Amino acid sequence: MTYLLRRLAVFPLVMLGVSVFVFVAIRLVPGDAITAMLGTEAGMLTPAQREALTAYFGLDQNWAVQYGRWLAGLFRGDLGISVTYGQPVLDLILERFPLTLQLALMSMVIALLIGLPAGVFAAVHANRASDLIVRILAMVGQSMPNFVVALLAIFILSVGFGVLPTMGSYVHFTEDPLGNLAQMILPAFALGTAFAAAVTRITRAAMLDILSEDYVRTARSQGFSERYVIWRHALPNALIPVLTLSGVEFGYLLGGAVIVEQIFALPGLGRVVLDAILERDYALVQGVILFIAFNFMLVNLLVDLAYAALDPRIRYGNQS
Amino acid sequence: MTTFKTTALALLTTAMVTPLSAQTLDLAWSQDATGLDPHTQPGFATIRLLELMYEPLVRLDANLELQPAVAESWAFSDDGLQLTFQLDPDAMFHDGTPVTSADVAASFTRILDEETGAIARANYTSIIEIQTPDDHTVTFVLDGADAPILNGMASVNAAVVPASAIEAGTIATEVVGSGPFTLESRTPNASANLVAFDGWHGGDVAYDNIAISVLPDETALLAALRAGQADFALINDPLVATLIPQSPGLSLNTAPTLSYYVLQLNAAREPMDSLPLRQAISCAIDRQDILDAALLGEGEVTGPLTSPAYRTDPSGLFCYEQDQDRARELLAEAGYADGFTATVMAATGEPPTASSVAQVIQSQLAEVGIELEIEMQELSVYIDRWLAADFDMAVALNGGRVDPYTMYNRYWTRDGNLQGVANYIDDTLDSLMNEGRTETDPARRSEIFAEFEGHLADMSPWVWLFTGNTYTAQVEGVSGFEASPTGSLFGLVDVTLAE
Repeated sequence: MTYLLRRLAVFPLVMLGVSVFVFVAIRLVPGDAITAMLGTEAGMLTPAQREALTAYFGLDQNWAVQYGRWLAGLFRGDLGISVTYGQPVLDLILERFPLTLQLALMSMVIALLIGLPAGVFAAVHANRASDLIVRILAMVGQSMPNFVVALLAIFILSVGFGVLPTMGSYVHFTEDPLGNLAQMILPAFALGTAFAAAVTRITRAAMLDILSEDYVRTARSQGFSERYVIWRHALPNALIPVLTLSGVEFGYLLGGAVIVEQIFALPGLGRVVLDAILERDYALVQGVILFIAFNFMLVNLLVDLAYAALDPRIRYGNQS
Repeated sequence: MTTFKTTALALLTTAMVTPLSAQTLDLAWSQDATGLDPHTQPGFATIRLLELMYEPLVRLDANLELQPAVAESWAFSDDGLQLTFQLDPDAMFHDGTPVTSADVAASFTRILDEETGAIARANYTSIIEIQTPDDHTVTFVLDGADAPILNGMASVNAAVVPASAIEAGTIATEVVGSGPFTLESRTPNASANLVAFDGWHGGDVAYDNIAISVLPDETALLAALRAGQADFALINDPLVATLIPQSPGLSLNTAPTLSYYVLQLNAAREPMDSLPLRQAISCAIDRQDILDAALLGEGEVTGPLTSPAYRTDPSGLFCYEQDQDRARELLAEAGYADGFTATVMAATGEPPTASSVAQVIQSQLAEVGIELEIEMQELSVYIDRWLAADFDMAVALNGGRVDPYTMYNRYWTRDGNLQGVANYIDDTLDSLMNEGRTETDPARRSEIFAEFEGHLADMSPWVWLFTGNTYTAQVEGVSGFEASPTGSLFGLVDVTLAE
């Protein structure tokens, strides 16, 4: 419990650090919202026009004042207004996040459903032809970028079969579950395959280690069935590296899978932040990055807590 | 009994016919509008969306000729100092209120107010007074003859918006225009739904809705057309466009654009301040070769003037045929017989072909001893440096206008807003531009601008390369669309859909 509290106490500090970093970084990038919006036409503005726009975008203040205002807003739960969308940043995040969360969860489920059994299978059949095949497939899966998988899927479906998931008119799961799944399954698959390949390889390696451990041999000698030994004794311990990998990967996915969202025209968090950076929409970049950092920390915390649940030898509270 | 049957039949038919009659045009494009205020949004994508909902006083058709929009007719006074429009009495905003001269006056007052940040303001600065003698007449009083102002008004950046919306400050958030479609819903960077406006004074639209999807990947546009998910798509990438004619059931519409690719030389920097050296660069380049290599030949070699009415055969301009011997001689004359080293900047992905254009130029100039280092930059960074004229050379895709004065006064007059970017000026350019502004006789204007064009090519402050094409693609069953050099999608109002 003290461990949990200690970890939670670190959250605000990290967030503050991230916020300062992002605040400065985005402002160090040349170009501002005005040139980003007007392009070469920005050269057509008269000085008075430019002044009016600068004031409108809040760029007339110095950085410290801008940051102070933003931070004060943050404590009131106000992340500022996005200049490109004309909406509160928080609303935009809450609007886009469910899609990203759903996509991350679906890819994770796909990855684990494929990766865990494949890894266990390969470890049990180690160094046989079937193991080799699984390992080659995993290698291919991991080295093929997910946007290639995405584009291939689109092309095979559109050219070969003349069908395509509905793109560009995203529906929420609550409005139309089937329509939503039809849109999400391909992107989730594209993201999940590379992830599944990684899970396969990690599971295989961890299982191989554990299958040679003493307690597994003891379990075998006690006459438990092979299946029982593998799934009940060995796998839970092999899950720890898988969990670490999944935690990190899930954290990344919650930041949005920019290219896949782009290809499948999904309005997720990744695309929002990419557009926001290109348009120098400072408030939106700051808000989304902070939110992503928060998610990352939360996922990491959950992973650490899950270790303890999986392996009784790990007990954080007793340390120090 | 019979009555009952008839009624039942009628009900049944209505029930069957109604869903069929609600025809939707599924439109896909890769870039979405960045805002809804027609006066402050210059983006190509924004203009494509807003011109379906807002109307200027006049508009350009596919041949770039002026057509009535909110205005029914227009005329200059004999001295050219007054421009009077008669408004279409049937013109009506989406909220049902008629379009009056007060709305026109309020719209232009807003555009001319520097606080607004209106992007086309520079085109209308000759206006000194706006008179509204009655509800349907508007007279603009000018400080001097200004022939190009009329073409300058044919833009959705000069849209007529309701005076009441200006007062309420809702222009940026709510669309109340007088155009053929109303905005029903919109999710930025995802989708929009437009509904045909019954009260549009321009006539009927043959279908009921346009459902717009934003598919950010250009290849996904092609896939959407092939799979029948989109009926019509706006395509930017020439590589994707060239695949369309090979796909069964799809057809491509192309039109040469007014915008032009150009290699800008910064004449304020050494050694580009030397005339023979700039001319050497112009001679060393094979324009058609760049066009073939970088844009798959999809375009046309052009001089400075790209508008069909003023365009001439560029082969008569200075060094439009590659002549490397001449280039070497000119380099020697400039004192750079062994060539020199410089950088050329280009924006990544904007346009998608910019980096290929820069690479071909690099290899062509290398043949005469000029060594170029290519700097690829993200668009906003590129624009900032471009506006600050912080470059040796730049590959640019600059927007064109129908009128040469409106197109070039910003660069080639002494007080042009972008003279600092062009960084080259002489008396001939300045005086020819100003002559062209006040001259109202079309034949005389053509002569003036032809002379202007010849002089620009001689002085080679920039090396004009070519114009590209605009592309739209459609599936079978969509007919009647006419492509316009401005890339306008206004032609969608004439489209019919097969059942």
